[in-house]
Amino acid sequence: MMERVPLALAAALLLSLAACGGGSGGEDAAAGPSTDPAGEELTGTLTVFAAASLTDVFTELGERLEQENPGLSVQFSFAGSSALATQITQGAPADVFASANPPQMAVVADAGLAAGDPEVVTTNVLEIAVPAGNPAGVSGLADFAREDLALALCAAEVPCGAASQQVFEAAGVDAAPDTLEEDVRAALTKVELGEVDAALVYASDVAAAGDAVEGIAFPEAEDAVNDYPIAVLAGAPNPAAAEAFVELVASGAGQQALADAGFRAP
Amino acid sequence: MRRRRETGVPAPLLVPAAVAVAFLVLPLAGLLVRTPWADLPAQLAEPAVGQALRLSLVSATLATGVSLLLGVPLAWVLARSRARGRSVLRALVTVPLVLPPVVGGVALFLVLGRQGIVGRWLDEAFGVTIPFTTTAVVIAETFVAMPFLVISVEGALRAADTRFEDAAATLGADRWTTFRRVTLPLVAPGVAAGAVLCWARALGEFGATITFAGNFPGTTQTMPLAVYLELQSDPPAAIVLSVLLLAVSLGTLLLLRDRWLTRSGAAA
Repeated sequence: MMERVPLALAAALLLSLAACGGGSGGEDAAAGPSTDPAGEELTGTLTVFAAASLTDVFTELGERLEQENPGLSVQFSFAGSSALATQITQGAPADVFASANPPQMAVVADAGLAAGDPEVVTTNVLEIAVPAGNPAGVSGLADFAREDLALALCAAEVPCGAASQQVFEAAGVDAAPDTLEEDVRAALTKVELGEVDAALVYASDVAAAGDAVEGIAFPEAEDAVNDYPIAVLAGAPNPAAAEAFVELVASGAGQQALADAGFRAP
Repeated sequence: MRRRRETGVPAPLLVPAAVAVAFLVLPLAGLLVRTPWADLPAQLAEPAVGQALRLSLVSATLATGVSLLLGVPLAWVLARSRARGRSVLRALVTVPLVLPPVVGGVALFLVLGRQGIVGRWLDEAFGVTIPFTTTAVVIAETFVAMPFLVISVEGALRAADTRFEDAAATLGADRWTTFRRVTLPLVAPGVAAGAVLCWARALGEFGATITFAGNFPGTTQTMPLAVYLELQSDPPAAIVLSVLLLAVSLGTLLLLRDRWLTRSGAAA
């Protein structure tokens, strides 16, 4: 639920890349993880750092890429965008970064760590998540001002919290949350457990949560449409596979998978 | 005489000990080097910081109090009673040590949450809900920290000389008097060490707290939670907060050590 790629795995990855002897520079290194110049086959390991909300879609797309390229292994690290941006600027060996908001992508791009301009591949809007059956009878954004309800919002420091704040300001609602969650999945977990009456999360999170959670769309959500930029990283150990993954996300199949998961086209 | 004995550290111990010191202290040094000291006064003046610090200290102290009240008797049962299934009981009691704290937080929900086994009844009968309150912070910290105290005290009880207790019993003291007047003073250093460990663990608690108690300034946002969230938006400020928490906890421990631990330690 809140799984992250453990440090040990990242270290093992580093070691295996080092053992390959190549880096992104060695075009003639046959053992290195790169494309065969003549063919399309991708090999080696592709490491994608992606916002937690992309977990399900990207896992599916990664498996698809692995099926098309039996020599390729796709590893993901799903976490909050800001945590990932910090890890990348601290030298984490990633090939692709997909952020849940432009400012965190800017952190990486401004550090000169993105190869080329980041591209917005999808968008997400906020939705009200309530436990199945909506026991508290929540109907719209105004209910977030009710003191008698147990309500969860994302903390203002993380993207979904910033978007929530924007929506409340635009709607003129004085929210009375009981907890400010550290990321969107944590907020959703509290809805799933029935411990809060409502939380403000992304439409994609509601879609991923299954039957335990119901989503309520609200018109004010249009005030905070969230862009998801993606970029191949400048120090990518496996740039060819990184390009292929970004292309797959932008392709018709990728966009369909995103739409099925509650995302909207940019 | 005493000093000479202390300086004669065998070389095979010296090198690993030095490595251990470097390993434990270097990250701390890294933190201190990166601290933007100029920001420190501004951060200290921030009301939210004082609030989080106060909440951390109060809730860790309460958690230690609860742990002492419940954990010392439990340690006695584990060390002294002849009940069957003691080893199973000990294993169960130390589960929070190996459980990832976030899982501990979810487990607490399943028992004490609004929909939990006990929590549902509390809500229906008394209208009391525990999650997202300071009480929940204390409960989460106690859950994670109490095993440290239980293990320390149990170890001290096992190491204590039971002949003193036998002597007290021979002299006519009942079991409760023996426990209060003989056993407890005998294991006081172990209880103190356990309480310090427990307090330190409670003070740094993050996973179970943010899961079960949530995060709201003033009621449930302790320092570790504030540090984590600050790290999302302003890493230098997060470092300042970490250093502040470290300074306060180290200061408290040193103060206690001078007043309390060394004296009892010398007696042991």
